[in-house]
Parts: sequence; structure tokens; C-alpha cells
Amino acid sequence: MRKNSTLSGTAWRYGDDVDTDAIIPARYLNTSDPEELALHCMEDADPDFPKKVAPGDIIVGGKNFGCGSSREHAPIAIKAAGVSCVIAGSFARIFYRNAFNMGLPIFESGEAAKGIRTGDKVEVDPATGIIKNLTTGKEYKAEPFPPFMMDLIKAGGLIPFLLKEQSHG
Amino acid sequence: MSMGQTITQKILAAHCGRDEVHPGEIVMADIDLALGNDITAPISIKILREKGIKKVFDRDRVALVPDHFAPNKDIASAQQCKDLREFARDFDITHYFELGEMGVEHALLPEKGLALPGELIIGADSHTCTYGALGAFSMGVGSTDLAGAMISGKAWFKVPGAIKFVIDGELGPWVGGKDLILYIIGKIGVDGALYQSMEFTGETVRALHMSDRLTMCNMAIEAGAKNGIIEPDEITEEYVRGRTSREWKVYSSDPDAEYLDEIRIKASDVDLQVAFPHLPENSRPVGEARDIAIDQVVIGSCTNGRLEDFQAAARVLKGKKVAPGVRLIMIPATPLIYRQAMEEGLFDIFLSAGAVISPPTCGPCLGGHMGILAEGEIAVATTNRNFVGRMGHPKSEVYLAGAPVAAASAVTGTISSPEDL
Ligand code: SF4
Repeated sequence: MRKNSTLSGTAWRYGDDVDTDAIIPARYLNTSDPEELALHCMEDADPDFPKKVAPGDIIVGGKNFGCGSSREHAPIAIKAAGVSCVIAGSFARIFYRNAFNMGLPIFESGEAAKGIRTGDKVEVDPATGIIKNLTTGKEYKAEPFPPFMMDLIKAGGLIPFLLKEQSHG
Repeated sequence: MSMGQTITQKILAAHCGRDEVHPGEIVMADIDLALGNDITAPISIKILREKGIKKVFDRDRVALVPDHFAPNKDIASAQQCKDLREFARDFDITHYFELGEMGVEHALLPEKGLALPGELIIGADSHTCTYGALGAFSMGVGSTDLAGAMISGKAWFKVPGAIKFVIDGELGPWVGGKDLILYIIGKIGVDGALYQSMEFTGETVRALHMSDRLTMCNMAIEAGAKNGIIEPDEITEEYVRGRTSREWKVYSSDPDAEYLDEIRIKASDVDLQVAFPHLPENSRPVGEARDIAIDQVVIGSCTNGRLEDFQAAARVLKGKKVAPGVRLIMIPATPLIYRQAMEEGLFDIFLSAGAVISPPTCGPCLGGHMGILAEGEIAVATTNRNFVGRMGHPKSEVYLAGAPVAAASAVTGTISSPEDL
């Protein structure tokens, strides 16, 4: 078991179309400090979230998670709140690219999004995309990442990736 | 063997040195312009400074617009604007817009000739898709993408498939681009075009003013699209000419280009639209919103803060008064629009009606400042999002509409059509 690479925690489930204003309301966008943003993570969807979230916990959303603005403050707030990954039926496209660019693991699986409830213990293996609901015993498989995304992840995000490319001329 | 390409595919291919690209492929492409604002750019700036980067890939191809919380709404926002200002100075950025020149970015860039047909533009702001109205491929990205583009002049793109919207026939009185796009989003939903390109065409679109076209492409993101786009024509050429000394290139979709779907719309079916809280897809004819009492009206933003919007509002408001207890806030999106509205005498009409006129800013559109809603308050806004808490308190509500409905609602104090006055 490569226990150290596995992501695991309690699931917090939300519905469809969770927008970036719900993830981090614009009234807090006068800073980009991760700690500060984490204090208001998911505030307009679930005001108690910052208090109850524990390190490693997993956010589960329905379709179109992260729709709305391009604010990278959304994945930053989620990551800084200690969330280990987000599982959703589908992701809004800017949230999707932001997550890869800045290193928040995300997994797309309609089945998992439907089958996981708040409070379930969930384990995800990023290497295989296997999502295990330890509470129900059910197993799901996330969509595999395109090779380019794997390259981004391996490089440690977009900036190291580009800097490496540049230095190769 | 080679298949027809959409205008979006052609622009992407041209910017990565290829003859063609195919939906689903991921390509690295050279960008023509990278945009950031006072909320998104500070994160990018921090990345560049931390990496010890000393210059951007091209000082003429970066635009920085402190429009969201400026004029500085508080100390923290002042610091973010200062970050932009100092970065622009240290990195010798040509297109930095200080207060007085600053306008809402997606109204400002086309006006300044910084977005041209055939260009590839990214912006760390989701409504960067606005410039598709000029026949450019433009899309919103995040701050790390902006940092990457400022360093390398490149960004990665997943080539989108396309949905074609063909709109034919004549629009009814007062009906415009905002009503068309709200109607379309109502039809396909907030993820109806997820990851795809929305291409607008048909005789109705060909007849639309640039202002209405910008409104339509602005809200493509509200259907989850990567970009919205309209093939350039004489109206585009006429708009662009005189705004730039750069050359531009006109692309159009091949007749045999592949579309995921083609949606035909009869313009006469599109009534004045209002999108109910809390999603832009909740659009309905204005008649179904009648009698909803409101506290505030906002006319402005990158969606409907252009001169044509204020002209329409003035036609509705002329000789009328804002209903008692209702606040009407007008926010011309750029200094030029502000000046033109003033010179045309529109301010007289607005002030006599009891409106307040704000300097150009995003302001209340994203719940920043200049008109935040209290708990339980209801607004009609010409902006583009009505999510929970978007304009203030999480228990406030925003109804989206075009300028004619917004202005008429201010007069009656309930959501109304100009025809009701
Ligand atoms: S006006 Fe509103 S939607 Fe447009 S850029 Fe500003 S905050 Fe964003």
C-alpha cells in the first residue's frame, strides 16, 4: 500500500452548479492570502464549512462544479482549508484548468458524485483514479487525465512546466 | 481528407503554427494579449516576483486594468491596486490603465483597439470571452495561466467543439443582445455549452450593433462555454477601423465545418427577458416577473454598460422619475462612454429622474462596492450573474435584464417592460 500518496477524509457533499461566488464570495477578494481565504471557504453554500472541515477532507459536487468567475481564489481557498481533493460529476472549465495549474487534485466521476454522501469516509488513489467509499464499500473510477495534464502534474504545475520548456529553448 | 474547420479552430491553429486542430486536442499556442485585473493579477504578479522573472514576454501584449474594487474601496483593495501599479512600472507595461483612463476591462479593451479580429486573447477574468464579438478567440483563465502567459507568451488550450446558434428574423421593440443571450442560456442551461464554443450567426446577428454582439459573447461563459464568437463582417470592420494601427485577420468557418449541434432561433419568439435568482438560466419573459417589487436598479458592467445601453435607458427615463424608495445606479463602463453620455445630455435625464451616476468600475456587479444589497433586498441589474450573494448579502436577490427593462423597473418600482409605462 502506498498509503502516503492516497487521499482520504470525510466527504462533504453539495449539489449541482456550485459557483465560485459560493466557494469564495467576492467580498473577500481584496486579498489573495490563502489562510485568509480558507476562513471563508464555501461560506455562501455552507456557512459552517470552515469550522467543520478537517485536513484531508474531500468536497463532492454534482455537475458544473466551480462555475462562474475565473478567480483562482476558489481552488486556493479549498486547498488552504485542508481539503485534499474535489470529486464532481463535471467541472466548469476555468475551475478545471486552475486546479491543474495550481495543484489541487480533482476527479470527474458522475457515479461517485451520486454515490457519496456527506459524512462518508472516502479514499482516492490519484495514480489510478480509483475512488473508494469506505462507508458503503462501493468503488468508482474517475475519468483518466489526458497525457498533457499528467505532464503538468508531474512538473508540479504550469509555471515549473513552462520554465522547464523555456530553458530547453 | 481534411475536414472543414470552425472559425475558433482556425484561429487556434494559426497561433500554434498548424494548418488545422481538432476538438479535444490540447495545444500550446502563442497569445496576442494577456489581461489581468486588480483581483486576479496580484496572484500572477506574486508568482513572477517569486520566480525572479525580470520581464514579460512582450510589454505591449499585457493589459492590466484595476477595475473591480477601484477607485480603491478599502485598504486591502488599495494594496492590490498598488501591486498592479508598481508591477506595471517595474515591468514597463504599455497598457496599464490608471484611474481616469480605467474602465471595466471588457468594455475598455475593444474600445481601445486592444482586441482585434483573428487574435488569440486570454484574460484572468471569466468574461474575457466578450471579444469573440470581434471575431477573436478569447477566453477566461486563472491567475497562474496569466502568470504563465506573461512569462512565455503562451497558454494551453483544449480545442473546443462548437455549437452553432442561427438566429433569424426581426427583433421586437426594445429587444436586444441581452434578451437573446438570456433566452439562449434559458434554453440550454448554465452548463449547456460546457467546454464548447458558442458560434452566433444568422440574419438577426448580422444586423446587430457591436454593442449587442459584445453583450452576447460576454455571457457565453454563463452557459459554461469556453468562448463565444461571431464571424467578422462590415459592422466589425467599421467598429475596429480607426481604433488601432495593427493589422488584423478575418477568419470564418468553413461551410463543411463540424458542429456538435445547431440550434435555430426565431427572433420573433424572443421577448424581453428577465433571469430570476439565482442562475442566469432562469430566464423568462418579462411579463412573468411583473409585480416583483425591487429596491435597486443597476445599469452598468461589461455586459451592458456601453453607450447604447445608456441611450436606451434615457429613452425610457426621459421625463420620468425613479419610484420612491428605489435606488437607480448608473455606471458608464469607461471614461469615453461617460463623456459621450454626458455630452449627449443623458446625464440630465438621469439626474432629473433621480439616478446616481458612478465613475467607471465593476462595483456592485460582483458585490464589491458602490451599491451593495442588504439582507432581503432585491435588485434588477444589467450585469451577467445572479448567483447567491453576488451583489451583497447572501439573502439578497438579483434579477438580470437588459437596460430597457432595468430602467422601466426603476420607474415603476416593480419589474416592468418599457411598454408598461
Ligand atoms: S463588470 Fe462584473 S462581470 Fe464584468 S468584469 Fe467587472 S465584475 Fe466581472
